[in-house]
Amino acid sequence: MSAASPAARRGAATRVVLYAILLVFAVIYLMPLYVMLTTSFKTLEEIHQGNMLALPGEWTLAPWREAWGSACIGLECNGVHGYFFNSIKIVIPAVLISGLLGAFNGYVLTKWKFRGHKIVFGLILFSCFIPFQIILLPMARVLGILHLANSTGGLVLVHIVYGIGFTTLFFRNFYASFPDELVRAAQLDGAGFFTIFFRILLPASVPIIVVTIIWQFTNVWNDFLFGVSFASGDSAPITVALNNLVNSSTGVKAYNVNMAAAMVAAVPTLIVYILAGKYFLRGLMSGSVKG
Amino acid sequence: MSNASPDRDGGARERLQRWLPKLVLSPSCVLVLFFVYGFIAWTSYISFSDSGMMPDYTWVGLHQWSRLWTSWTWGIALHNIWVFGLLYIVSCIVLGLILAILLDQRIRAEGVLRTIYLYPMALSFIVTGTAWQWFLNPGLGLEKTMHDLGWQSFSFNWLIDSNMAIYTVVIAAVWQATGFVMAMFLAGLRGIDGEMIKAAQIDGAPAWKIYARIIIPQLRPVFLSAVVVLAHLAIKSFDLIVAMTGGGPGNATAVPATFMYSYAFSRNEMGIAAASAVFMLAVIAALIIPYLYSELREPRS
Repeated sequence: MSAASPAARRGAATRVVLYAILLVFAVIYLMPLYVMLTTSFKTLEEIHQGNMLALPGEWTLAPWREAWGSACIGLECNGVHGYFFNSIKIVIPAVLISGLLGAFNGYVLTKWKFRGHKIVFGLILFSCFIPFQIILLPMARVLGILHLANSTGGLVLVHIVYGIGFTTLFFRNFYASFPDELVRAAQLDGAGFFTIFFRILLPASVPIIVVTIIWQFTNVWNDFLFGVSFASGDSAPITVALNNLVNSSTGVKAYNVNMAAAMVAAVPTLIVYILAGKYFLRGLMSGSVKG
Repeated sequence: MSNASPDRDGGARERLQRWLPKLVLSPSCVLVLFFVYGFIAWTSYISFSDSGMMPDYTWVGLHQWSRLWTSWTWGIALHNIWVFGLLYIVSCIVLGLILAILLDQRIRAEGVLRTIYLYPMALSFIVTGTAWQWFLNPGLGLEKTMHDLGWQSFSFNWLIDSNMAIYTVVIAAVWQATGFVMAMFLAGLRGIDGEMIKAAQIDGAPAWKIYARIIIPQLRPVFLSAVVVLAHLAIKSFDLIVAMTGGGPGNATAVPATFMYSYAFSRNEMGIAAASAVFMLAVIAALIIPYLYSELREPRS
């Protein structure tokens, strides 16, 4: 709990100021989301005439319908829904496979230590931090050679490879505090490598599985750099489609449609965050603060 | 059955058991070695080669590097990342620490407020950029709103002002990451030993003094982690700039990440692009490797 609460001993005036400051910050943090949401329900006319902060005078779903089904991205006017499903097609296998690999790696690196396990972990961990610009050029060539360029499959591969670092980090830190005695006892009982993993460690891993899934889901869903570099046209993820929609210079800017499309791109991660925010926080903590 | 020949059975099994862990680890190791370290080696070599649109393995020494360092845009990119990185890191840490301290005063709705401060972290930079581009739009956004509210002289056109555009990116980036830094500090504050603080309170030390002398110095590891994480996010910043300004107006908000991308994929100057990427890696490595080394060496608590 709170180590020091000097303010608690001061007068009510301090408390009022304290709450006021916190509320002002809350308003500032919510403002962009509020403006995005209200704009997405306004008509273009109202956007040009009315106030940005005002609620829609006349609520309309048309911008959402257009963003989803008929807005023009590049030469095609089918909205963002295809790209939304691309992102889903990318995120599910990428999260599951990188998570599974990370779980195995964490298990081996903590319960089956070998000479040099720290170096191996260090090498894997460093891959979390590289600026991905360093791999863009060779990756583009390798994906071309594998016939995976401009495909969601190629992006799945990319996200698995560069997700391993974080998933390994999460599971390794989690399993490091898992009692070795339990593993040794199981070994004495004759349980093998996989038996111990699936019967003893995995059932106890629910918290870290949740953390890993949330972290990877958010990262892969929100990725833009890989998407824009390795997938164009029909196979692009939602972030790339959103950027193409918003920053295309043709025609009148339909801000309401842009905001609706941005909300479409934001809703999955926002839902995950609101439903499992506690775990999200814990994931950030265990991943970034503790090495 | 197994009792009949425990030795032979046990021996074979043991050998398998000894190799199995490494066997399970090996796919990841192969992937990382090839796709991370192999690619780093390849890109590094390309930065010393004559590659343009296609890879050309002719060694040209520092030719691409000297072209990079004499490039006007690269100069702007370096200047911008320096300004952006510094402002971003300092603002996030100051605001994050303040919010964490304020939230650590037995606030009633702490959970709700924490969620509000942290939710931008869940958004894609592209969404953030889209939202802020609209919010700061000189014609229809904040400026017009202020005019409507009666503040006619209010002017905020940074988004289209090449001297100021980079600061709009800082604002959006700080908005996105402060909650995360706050969460880090909050976790740090909750982990502080209360004994010294109680002693100081009994001595009648004022609250600000307790924070300045006792609490904040104890948060040193959190400061270090926050700086490392934020610096690394700053150097990688690409999405937000593409979404908010597209590197413009002109080249005004170019950063190394956008520079690399445009030389690699639009200008077909692979050699210069590779050199800029190697430079980015070198800066991050200089920052991250000592940090990882110290984190991994310490006994786990």
